[in-house]
Amino acid sequence: MSEALKARIADVFNEPSCDKNQAKDATERKKGCSKPLVPGAAAGGCAFDGAMIALQPLTDVVHLVHGPLACAGNGWDGRHSASSGSRLFRTGFTTDMSEMDIVMGNGEKRLYRAIREAIARHNPPAVFVYATCVPAIIGDDIDAVCKHATEKLGTPCIPINAPGFAGSKNLGNKLGGEALFEHVIGTIEPEVVTGADINVLGEYNLSGEFWQVRPLLDRLGIRVHACITGDAKYRDVASCHRVGLNMMVCSTALINVARKMQEKYGVPYFEGSFYGIGDTSESLRMIARILVRRGVDASLIDRTEALIATEEARAWARIEPYRAALQGKKVLLYTGGVKSWSIVAALQEIGMEIVRTSVRKSTDEDKDRIKVLMGTDAHMVNTIPPREMYAMLKRGDADIMLSGGRSQFTALKAKTPWLDINQERHVAYAGYDGMVTLVAELHRSLTNPVWQELRRPAPWEVTDREAERTALLESAC
Amino acid sequence: MAEIIHTRKSLTTNPLKCSAPLGAALAYLGIAGSVPLLHGAQGCTSFALVLTVRHAREAIPLQTTAIDEVATIMGGAENLEEALLNLTKRMKPRFIGVATTALVETRGEDIAGDLKLILERRPELKDVRIVLAKTPDFDGALEDGWSKAVTAIIDSLVEPPVAAVPLYQQVNILPGVHQTAADIEWIVETVESFGLVPVVLPDISGSLDGTVPGDYIPTTYGGTSVEAIARMGRALHTVAIGEHMRAPAELLAAKTGVPCTVLPTLTGLGPSDEFVALLTEISGRPAPSRLRRQRSQLLDAMLDGHFYFGGKRVAIAADPDLLTGLAGFFASMGADIVTAVASTANSPVLADVPAARVVVGDLQDMEDSAAASDAELLVTHCHGRQASERLGVPLLRIGYPVFDRLGHTHRCTAGYRGTRNLIFEVANIVLGELHEHTPDEFAHAKSIVEETRHAGATSATC
Repeated sequence: MSEALKARIADVFNEPSCDKNQAKDATERKKGCSKPLVPGAAAGGCAFDGAMIALQPLTDVVHLVHGPLACAGNGWDGRHSASSGSRLFRTGFTTDMSEMDIVMGNGEKRLYRAIREAIARHNPPAVFVYATCVPAIIGDDIDAVCKHATEKLGTPCIPINAPGFAGSKNLGNKLGGEALFEHVIGTIEPEVVTGADINVLGEYNLSGEFWQVRPLLDRLGIRVHACITGDAKYRDVASCHRVGLNMMVCSTALINVARKMQEKYGVPYFEGSFYGIGDTSESLRMIARILVRRGVDASLIDRTEALIATEEARAWARIEPYRAALQGKKVLLYTGGVKSWSIVAALQEIGMEIVRTSVRKSTDEDKDRIKVLMGTDAHMVNTIPPREMYAMLKRGDADIMLSGGRSQFTALKAKTPWLDINQERHVAYAGYDGMVTLVAELHRSLTNPVWQELRRPAPWEVTDREAERTALLESAC
Repeated sequence: MAEIIHTRKSLTTNPLKCSAPLGAALAYLGIAGSVPLLHGAQGCTSFALVLTVRHAREAIPLQTTAIDEVATIMGGAENLEEALLNLTKRMKPRFIGVATTALVETRGEDIAGDLKLILERRPELKDVRIVLAKTPDFDGALEDGWSKAVTAIIDSLVEPPVAAVPLYQQVNILPGVHQTAADIEWIVETVESFGLVPVVLPDISGSLDGTVPGDYIPTTYGGTSVEAIARMGRALHTVAIGEHMRAPAELLAAKTGVPCTVLPTLTGLGPSDEFVALLTEISGRPAPSRLRRQRSQLLDAMLDGHFYFGGKRVAIAADPDLLTGLAGFFASMGADIVTAVASTANSPVLADVPAARVVVGDLQDMEDSAAASDAELLVTHCHGRQASERLGVPLLRIGYPVFDRLGHTHRCTAGYRGTRNLIFEVANIVLGELHEHTPDEFAHAKSIVEETRHAGATSATC
């Protein structure tokens, strides 16, 4: 690994705005926060994967993966970030390095030519170049290639140094953010500045769900300058440094970008969420409050409260019809992606019982909130091994599991209703409407008669049981 | 004979290829009680895992040696050892298939040597069969990885035949990477109908056929048993499907003396006949009446279906054997293969593709060529969906991956029955595209005719 990359990783790990990092002493902090991976028992994506997740929703640029085939070839066109314009981001670009490139040291040349070909054909506003393990080992200098290409070809080429072996997906998110801060943000001056402009960081517009949040802000006269990076255009991200506020969602994925933008451009930030009714309201309140503090007309606060009142009432009224069917149903919540507590609150509100909620990726603050909501921390778990999860569901400890795709088949094979609430889902759960959708989906899944059908004994099970009974009777006689 | 075109571009756009280690992992998934282990960074496994989970709609036991920064510098042997020990302890597999990736191969480590030393000093691994295939991502694609894994399995697990073994009516089947569970089921039924006993390696019809096992099993819950693999030397014959299975078939023949036949494909009337003729010869029995009935049904499907194939301009992009098999099938039904794109050049069969040229390239090559040649049907895996949308041309999803449709694993395209199904599927796509004619269309046609006449007159005067 190059010294520059090592230094950048150390810098990312030493995040002064991270609560977890602040709680450590100096020696602990120096070690960084990558947990050592256990060979043969590791799960999850690599740093490159994380960088792609954070940046690929940028719709109008070429995302070019420099490496052998697997990195792009096994993973492209897999996520559901939605775009209102360009579809270029869904195109899979890679240098598909061959053995010859590696042996002969032709990687840099091939990369340069690939950049040139991509620009010639697609004329994008920028090319994002992702390093992967193999070019990193053989010492391809993608920074130098990008610099050279930018000068020669006149299109910004952005190096993203997050080879897979550098660490986890989460580290990759941050390294992707570093690249944005270093090479993109602030390179163009915005055409419009309204004073009530905000950015939303760490929002990827999965299944288009931000489109049910944006109208709320529109109605308040708040302009979203850039979503970073959901449905974003290069120009908007490059000129996003003049806004009045950064809202950071998805926990700490891009906290480094938020903090650095505050230091360099004086943009304040806060962490919020658009999952859950209460959270959506709270986030809108925070946005209004901070913008007013920064000079927006104070009436914004009242208008926000009025909007919240209307929207909350409407959402609860739409959820009400489902209450009878969902009351008392037991939920196993197994996620880290969507804030566990915002969903806990919503589910409890309609009378569902949370039997377990995972807090794998939650901060201490998150855990405290869950404790308050549930009255005890007995239901909080870190990880549930699949075998145990299967046994729990098979026993009927829960009526439904909410989780990410990874544990989907553990639930389904136990013939238990399951709902995807992570990034691969096709349903939009953000905002007030999103929570109504979630409840409707829960209802649709739990009331499906297929679960009774699935549990019907097979004809031979019935015959076997009868035969057993007869045998038992006979032996008793 | 098709001309093979190697594109000289540096940029791959919309990859057609899936990587070789993934192909190896798929082969390992066809072994009972198995866990495939990719020797690389955790992302190598994660991408392959997510794709395969989406394709198969099953939990997939795929693990990683989790090479990190330190291991990239110091070498991955320790990670390999730790992974094998952890897996064995946690999942109690009967079989672990190791596939290397570009990351460890670029360093040029002696992984076979590492593995040998690990097995010598770790008695706790003695009950697990551990196999290694060298499959760097920069060499070949899915078919190559699958073939290398099967070769490695045969090399390590097949026992030399003992002279005293009784004569079994066993036939070894080596299916290619693109045979689905349903294809294998057809093959097994057909072999059995001749009174023969098939041993399929690898057998995904027992592990990836989508069942509800009734208990939690961390490894694969079906597939070829290691015992059955050990006894492959007792067979009368080995049948390999696809040119990419020639290497493992020939190794098996060399190791055991069991004669082998490589059939390029099982899709189409001719290839199905060839398979049935071979079984007739091996068994010395006539084809059973059920099979004769199936053949007759296929003939009828060809009669009913040929209207929708004849003269159709078809664009196909696939791994070499799949491409050659499908192109042969479409051509035999009268379609015109206007575009043929292969994922790699690693196969001699590409020359047999019934098209003027075969481009070794990506889905962008297919899209460009399909647009230029007015293709009416695209045939490739589900990543062709974007091209299909853009061109407004329907897509027949086939191969790996197919993650946006259900039931791929139960889709049979092998033999009389499978070919019959495929004819109906294609014909139904074409039928779905039919529309009512309007006078405008003919007006347009008239103007083309006039233009042509005009152009002809002009060129005649020149």
